[in-house]
Amino acid sequence: MKEFTYHKAHDVAGAVALLGADPEARFLGGGTNLVDLMKNGVERPARLIDVRDLPLDRIEPAEDGGLRIGATVTNSDLAAHPDVRRRYPALAQAVLAGASGQLRNMATVGGNLLQRTRCGYFTDVSRPCNKRRPGSGCPAVHGVHHNHAILGASEHCVAVHPSDMGVALAAFDAVVTYETADGPGRLPLADFYLPVGDTPHRETALPQGALITGVELPPVPVAAHSRYRKVRERASYAFAIGSVAAALDVRDGVVHDVRLAFGAVASRPWRARTAEQALTGARADADAFAAAADAELAEARPLPDNGYKVTLMRNLVVAVLTELAEEAAR
Amino acid sequence: MFPLDTRKKPIMESAPSPTSGTITLHINGEKHTLSVDHRTTLLDALRERLDLTGTKKGCDHGQCGACTVLIDGRRAVSCLQLAVAAEGREITTIEGLADGERLHPVQQAFLDLDGFQCGYCTPGQICSAVAVIEEHAAGWPSAATADVRPEAGPPPLTAEEIRERMSGNLCRCGAYVSIVQAVARAAQPTDQDGAVRTTAGEEAAA
Repeated sequence: MKEFTYHKAHDVAGAVALLGADPEARFLGGGTNLVDLMKNGVERPARLIDVRDLPLDRIEPAEDGGLRIGATVTNSDLAAHPDVRRRYPALAQAVLAGASGQLRNMATVGGNLLQRTRCGYFTDVSRPCNKRRPGSGCPAVHGVHHNHAILGASEHCVAVHPSDMGVALAAFDAVVTYETADGPGRLPLADFYLPVGDTPHRETALPQGALITGVELPPVPVAAHSRYRKVRERASYAFAIGSVAAALDVRDGVVHDVRLAFGAVASRPWRARTAEQALTGARADADAFAAAADAELAEARPLPDNGYKVTLMRNLVVAVLTELAEEAAR
Repeated sequence: MFPLDTRKKPIMESAPSPTSGTITLHINGEKHTLSVDHRTTLLDALRERLDLTGTKKGCDHGQCGACTVLIDGRRAVSCLQLAVAAEGREITTIEGLADGERLHPVQQAFLDLDGFQCGYCTPGQICSAVAVIEEHAAGWPSAATADVRPEAGPPPLTAEEIRERMSGNLCRCGAYVSIVQAVARAAQPTDQDGAVRTTAGEEAAA
């Protein structure tokens, strides 16, 4: 690990000023990803600014009737919060599906959004990786990629975003708030992650030096009828090979409102708007759910060893929406 | 990374470099002041600097749970916690769980029910289990909880719940069956002398 200086920030303005425009500085939240990447040599910051004690650890009602979640709220506190569990149950489920109890106690909401891919080539500094070393190539395209992207990837990078939390946030139109030296800003989660293209090393639309201060969840009535389903290679404590956050409002057998987002299939949490449009106004049955999934997955471009994800995601969508429809019928 | 042995690094206390510093850690009710390179994890500070070797280093990447300690009462992996960032927090390690000669109920349950084989993961398992029981008592749901809405009430601490909540602690010996029973036993209400009043939880967990 490279040596670094350490600063504890006590207020947001101070944290932003400390970081300045120093490209070798990093904000430290729970450290569950950053410290690990520093051990691997993937991250080599010269300066750490510890933002864990910033007064951003609250979950509060927002003026619009939604929720404002501070950036340093831990995953544990987010998943345990009564309003999250009652109004956005898929978000609580998504957070609980990620990592372990220990890591959820350390990890923060802001850090979760900025965590890096777990692609084995990205985390191995002896290998090429366009995300880590732009222009060096992507061994995953012709290498080990059974858990890589089927949607929105490019020949330059096929890594997936590992967050579970982000998938539920994408489904519920969350907005990321941040602070810079020039003042505050807001980014809808839909615009937060940049398309891969030929710049996979540029991951978010956050301005240089910005500090995430929180996430705003708008009031989403359908979110009260939501769930998160995650498929992984062991029963617990593993990253997804595919996941779905879904919310469904059925009236008289017809889909009145629906939210769908996919995890572990793209470089970002994948909001399935094509499927949502296909479903809205359709009969709430398995055929319609499958047709909607197929419409979304029509643009999937699987690699030789991850074509199973297309089937997996289709089946997941049908299963989760069927469960929600049956719940609504009770 | 390679294990970092900070003892081999010359640390000049009179003129601290900006990449090291003197910190005070609160561990098991005692204050320890030491100079650390900022790269030192809490795990390495405990084991290599403070002779608190009960906390074990397994993977050193947050994937096995062997290094689990309690920080401000919450379980955390000490291998991903920088020591310098742990200043001011209350840290409890496996050495700090017993009350004098009287073992913590979770420690006693692991002994009584053979919740281990080689023992290497055990300190982490026990620290984790102590927190699991408190998290469950506080009403926290888990990924095994069918209905996470608060109106559904706290889920019973079934074997499935215990397995999910303890999934951040790996045991290469595979002592999981006994570990689940030990956690269920420890979660039961006890008499004043520490005896378990009922074995209903163990039966549910079996």
